[in-house]
Amino acid sequence: MNQPVINLSPKVSDEVRKTTCYMCACRCGINVHMKDGKVAYIEGNKDHPVNQGVLCAKGSAGIMQHNAPSRLKAPMKRTGPRGSGEFEEITWEEAYDIAVGILEPVRRDNPEKLAFFTGRDQSQSFTSLWAQGFGTPNYAAHGGFCSVNMAAAGIYTMGGAFWEFGQPDWDRTKMVMIFGVAEDHDSNPIKMGLGKVKARGAKVYGVNPIRSGYNAVADEWVGITPGTDGLFILSLVHELFKAGKIDLHYLAQWTNAPVLVNGDEKSEDFGLLMRDKDNKLMVIDRTTGKPAAFDKKGVKPDLAGSQRVKGVTHRSVFQHMAEKYLDPQYAPEAVAEKTGITAERIKRIAAELADVAFNQAIEVKQEWTDFRGETHDKFVGRPVSFHSMRGISAHANGFQTCRALHMLQIILGTVETPGGMRFKPPYPKPPEAHPKPHCKVTPGQALDGPHLGFTHGPDDLALKEDGSPARIDKAFTWENPMSSHGMMHMVISNAHAGVPYKIDTLFMYMANMSWNSSMNTRGVIDMLTDKDENGDYVIPNIIYSDAYSSEMVSYADLILPDTTYLERHDCISLLDRPICEADAVADAIRWPVVEPDRDVKGFQSALCDLGGRLGLPGFVNEDGSQKYQDYADYITNHIRRPGVGPLAGFRGNGDEHGRGESNPGQLDAYIENGGFWMEHVPEDAAFFKPWNMNYQDWAVKKSFFDKPMPYLFNLYVEPMRKFQLAAEGYGTRQPPDHLRERIKATMDPLPIWYSNEDENKADEYPVTALTQRPMAMYHSWGSQNAWLRQIHGHNPLYVPTKIWEENNFKEGDWAKVTSPHGEITVPVAHQAALNENTIWTWNAIGKRKGAWALEDDAPETTKGFLLNHLIHELLPPKGDGLRWSNSDPITGQAAWFDLKVRVTRADAPADTQSQPNIPAQKSPVGKGPENLTWKLGK
Amino acid sequence: MTQLPAHTEKKLGLVIDLDTCVGCHACVVSCKGWNTENYGAALSDQNAYGKDPSGTFLNRVHSYEVQPDQGAAQTIHFPKSCLHCEDAPCVTVCPTGASYKRVEDGIVLVNESDCIGCGLCAWACPYGARELDQAEGVMKKCTLCVDRIYNENLPEEDRQPACVRTCPAGARHFGDLGDETSDVSKLVKERGGFDLMPEQGTKPVNKYLPPRPKDEQIDILAPLLEPVAAEPKGFLGWLDKTLEKL
Amino acid sequence: MHPAPSIIFFTVFSGLGFGMLMFLGLGKPDVSGFTAFVFFAIAYILAVGGLISSTFHLGNPKRALKAFSQWKTSWLSREGCLAVLTLTVMAVYGAALVFWNVRIGILGLLGAALSLLTVIGTSMIYTQIKTVPRWHHWTTPLIFVGYAVTGGAMLTNQLYLAIPLLMIIGLLQIAAWVIGDKRFAEEGSTIETATGLGRIGKVRMFEAPHSSKNYLMKEMVHVIGRKHASKLRIVGSLLLSLLPLILLLVVGASHLTVLLAMLLHIAGALTTRWLFFAEAEHTVGLYYGQR
Repeated sequence: MNQPVINLSPKVSDEVRKTTCYMCACRCGINVHMKDGKVAYIEGNKDHPVNQGVLCAKGSAGIMQHNAPSRLKAPMKRTGPRGSGEFEEITWEEAYDIAVGILEPVRRDNPEKLAFFTGRDQSQSFTSLWAQGFGTPNYAAHGGFCSVNMAAAGIYTMGGAFWEFGQPDWDRTKMVMIFGVAEDHDSNPIKMGLGKVKARGAKVYGVNPIRSGYNAVADEWVGITPGTDGLFILSLVHELFKAGKIDLHYLAQWTNAPVLVNGDEKSEDFGLLMRDKDNKLMVIDRTTGKPAAFDKKGVKPDLAGSQRVKGVTHRSVFQHMAEKYLDPQYAPEAVAEKTGITAERIKRIAAELADVAFNQAIEVKQEWTDFRGETHDKFVGRPVSFHSMRGISAHANGFQTCRALHMLQIILGTVETPGGMRFKPPYPKPPEAHPKPHCKVTPGQALDGPHLGFTHGPDDLALKEDGSPARIDKAFTWENPMSSHGMMHMVISNAHAGVPYKIDTLFMYMANMSWNSSMNTRGVIDMLTDKDENGDYVIPNIIYSDAYSSEMVSYADLILPDTTYLERHDCISLLDRPICEADAVADAIRWPVVEPDRDVKGFQSALCDLGGRLGLPGFVNEDGSQKYQDYADYITNHIRRPGVGPLAGFRGNGDEHGRGESNPGQLDAYIENGGFWMEHVPEDAAFFKPWNMNYQDWAVKKSFFDKPMPYLFNLYVEPMRKFQLAAEGYGTRQPPDHLRERIKATMDPLPIWYSNEDENKADEYPVTALTQRPMAMYHSWGSQNAWLRQIHGHNPLYVPTKIWEENNFKEGDWAKVTSPHGEITVPVAHQAALNENTIWTWNAIGKRKGAWALEDDAPETTKGFLLNHLIHELLPPKGDGLRWSNSDPITGQAAWFDLKVRVTRADAPADTQSQPNIPAQKSPVGKGPENLTWKLGK
Repeated sequence: MTQLPAHTEKKLGLVIDLDTCVGCHACVVSCKGWNTENYGAALSDQNAYGKDPSGTFLNRVHSYEVQPDQGAAQTIHFPKSCLHCEDAPCVTVCPTGASYKRVEDGIVLVNESDCIGCGLCAWACPYGARELDQAEGVMKKCTLCVDRIYNENLPEEDRQPACVRTCPAGARHFGDLGDETSDVSKLVKERGGFDLMPEQGTKPVNKYLPPRPKDEQIDILAPLLEPVAAEPKGFLGWLDKTLEKL
Repeated sequence: MHPAPSIIFFTVFSGLGFGMLMFLGLGKPDVSGFTAFVFFAIAYILAVGGLISSTFHLGNPKRALKAFSQWKTSWLSREGCLAVLTLTVMAVYGAALVFWNVRIGILGLLGAALSLLTVIGTSMIYTQIKTVPRWHHWTTPLIFVGYAVTGGAMLTNQLYLAIPLLMIIGLLQIAAWVIGDKRFAEEGSTIETATGLGRIGKVRMFEAPHSSKNYLMKEMVHVIGRKHASKLRIVGSLLLSLLPLILLLVVGASHLTVLLAMLLHIAGALTTRWLFFAEAEHTVGLYYGQR
């Protein structure tokens, strides 16, 4: 046999440059292989804490993103009407002149007339600083329409949630339950974790109406009815309480379960937690039977504690919980029909949780000392863990549902224990350690503090003197008092309506508001193009920055073209959304592994230039000159607190980590180190972090906070009670009357569940319509990606067997989907493994003709569709003369997944295109090439 | 060359775990990236930004729904690439000798400079593992990353197929299935790995691990949920007693 | 399978050409000089034209010569070698007839045998494909040879043979369809064996790997409606067999009817050959939920 001789060791590349992926929000480390100075191949970085070498489909397709024909080429000024896509290219100097010409008078006269919202921003500690310097209260990123419910519920309840805050202890857990997880943050670590769990043969429960992706590999699928997760969880809680399968020791030691609740109905403190004269939470000490501060050395907090003072009994939080959750309304039999899960199954799952948590407990031998000064010789682990993000968040009952899930974890005693849920540095952090929202506007001056934060009562709301909302998105108002991430989805409709006030300029970054990032897409398009009686646009100026020719580009007056992720500096900073692991603190950078071949600039660098030109505090030197030449300069030299800057690694002379002076060689050190910095959490600090002084001391050293701040988990969230008290008439800041009942009902300081069906007219529209992100293309930037769009070029509407048969659907059929707000006509497909009252489709595949440099007959534009046309930012009218926001009444989170519809068979549209078929816009970048043969090497 | 070797020194191949594959397509795109830039002609894409985009891929992930007799339907993600069959019908049909099975490791390869693009090998393959590149007119197929697994320019730990290296869920394993003591052989034995379409007589080297049984609703833990009390009052009594013992 | 025109023309016309050469080799009709030239020219145009047509199906026709190398294992290679050998032998035989009016009988016999083998070789390209059960059966070589012989008989005006052959090929084609319709099930590959998931339950495709079509689907997953196929089968067998027979038997043989019958037969052959491909189901279709 004479086989051909082949070269088994071809040269792989000239050089490997290590940076951070940006194909989604996961922020994996990547090795970019270069040939002749060009990007040849991208793979995962094996040393990187997030992905440890693996890389998803999006990450591997980065080369197509980086070279996409839809990349913007230069700054552009609109020449045609808004929405037409007609632009002329201009220089950066001209672009800055235009921007300064718009923004300077706004800042001088009334900074609130700038609404600056930054979409899928990964540099929020920077962009918010810019907005603060400008002086506008109107700043946020996209959390409000993503997963603020999960994040806020986590912070308020236990000082952190999932993803950037914490993760299952994948290496030790014996049972994982995922709730509503399709593809979600953080994608590769979830896959890696599930892979590890499955390799060990541990059990995975998937609670999701749709059995796809992670739920497909789940050992058991619970095809729950959308929006009822909270009820299911509270039923599990009910069963666990009833059987006494709760971690009493854990609850007594580490949570506010033993803290006394004021039981004096006549007091203005009724329902608030009791404090001693030092303002410390008060518990009953079981050894003495007397009240004591929760953190006193030697105190044994009594879960069953109560105190009778002047004829009034103040009982522990735990007693309130027992009373609440033992109520038969949460019995499995009572919730089975609503949740679509049989009572037997709920009981079996509760028993399995109890079995794993208590009968299969694990121990890690390790000495550590708690905040009361008691020393322990081990970490006891309850190896049950959970993960959830958007699926349970994006409902109007999402905050309380997320709270319920966190409560379930806590009563099982799993949080921060081996095998349970573990926080990632710099979390955990008590809610009090976060800023409160700031909104005080002074013309020509900076804002009085950070925009976003956590409210702890009516005093923290962002209201003007007259009680009207201070922010354009009405975040932190009585409509949604705990809207910690702002409400980007309300900005355009509020700005258009001039409620609470009119604005002058809408300045956005990476936010596709005229398409898949808005509820009510058609309506938003009309608002962006609407003119007043003088023929002027109702929203006078729109400045937008994006790297690609997205649908939103054509609605802007001025375009600041961003770079691709391989052409830019970025820092993934401990100051905002870090990439740490449970066992390690880490941060990372992006750096230009290739220089742009277009006249584009990283948006943050453009902000440095604009900040300098506008003279924003923090962006100019004392002599008024521009402080940071570009974003790299900011990353290296910005000092947030003494010794603390955007990047924690390689400070000072390069050998100080956490705290230290600026190091001019810092970015080079990061590049040298593979694009990231990481330091392991000491073993004695690995678990029980909120109460573990070994961790607390280490955290101070590493700059996460400036003094140790141990705290109790808030099963009972007192700030919520404060809002309720206001609604009951106590206090000086009072909600408007029409909101009182809702605040009383929803702001329960203990997790509850309420239905959103009536508001969404479920009697007429009985089917829930959901979207899921496809793993190969979530976060929608993939649409122009030549490789990924072959995988998901269009999206059918998946229909369960019951609806499929009722309508006599056949392959290739079309359906009309009607909601209280709108109607779409789209292709259908059958899925058996789907909750029988749920339909769904892949998210954000549908594109507008003319966008993303796709041909006008691309399947994304002809067959692809958005459910967004069916969703409105307001609920359907309910006859009280008011229009209620389609958001969680607590956080303002957009309730995407409350969408109720009717499905009927329809004839194929005459043009055989999904309806509505929105007319084409002109592509400012032309169209892509016909064929690709992508090879650098020979 | 189109004669199959009577014996190969190794049987290198993949073991794919259908219990773990979440259907993320990471392997698909990683393969596309590596093989576009490496072995032979680039994997081209036609109509890349248009109506009917269609490119060459050496690995694709299908999704199936399986309805058991009892219980809910299951969704199974199913990656598929060349199985490097021992009796590879694609090799023997080749009129030019471009297709061959390597003696040293059993990898089935196409020597592109000999390929006339007749497509017969793709017809002969029961699995759809070969795709004719429309730009270059030559047959493309999984090379098991023959230019990675022995590549001295790569660090030792990277000498595995791109799809295996990238798989986030760890659902893909690479090794010598001819060696009973190898990790992959043991995995196949432990988990009951199987062949695709054994009736075709191709003797695939790649094996598939079946999904573990799902939705088994056996209730043996019910006693755990024996109520301590039915009412909050009784519960507090239990609580008091239990706290005493703590 | 995708009914590619290049392959349909290749198999039909090279079959006719070699069928014709078969008869010419056997001295039927016993022609020489210019008449022989005309016959041989037609046969060569058909055979060579068919072979050239096959190269349109190649991704890299410039390397086509390499296809002669693997005659030990590859039927495609064998077919190529046989075709060249046949054409060479028959060229010598034909040249002797045309230019010297000499019939080298033994060479003619050899050429006829080689022609037959070439057609068998062509048929074996398809017959060997186990993944297409409809082809992987003795009916395939029989059909190919049958078509070649019938067409050859008609083209060489051997009506005494052509008439029974037309009947036989018609029946044979119908038999091949009836048998062929059961072949896929007989071979036993199903979506359950293809995925190995039959152990869990009934399998159906949920999502294709890519939302857009790929080479495999275009080349090997050709879906043809049952009604459409039946119609074409009727039209095909009428053209292939019944109408030529009626013309020759009822209307009577004349130059015009023979020519017409021949054209009808070829149209029938093209139709049924289109069906030969279009109706051929490849196992790869199972992975795409096609069966």
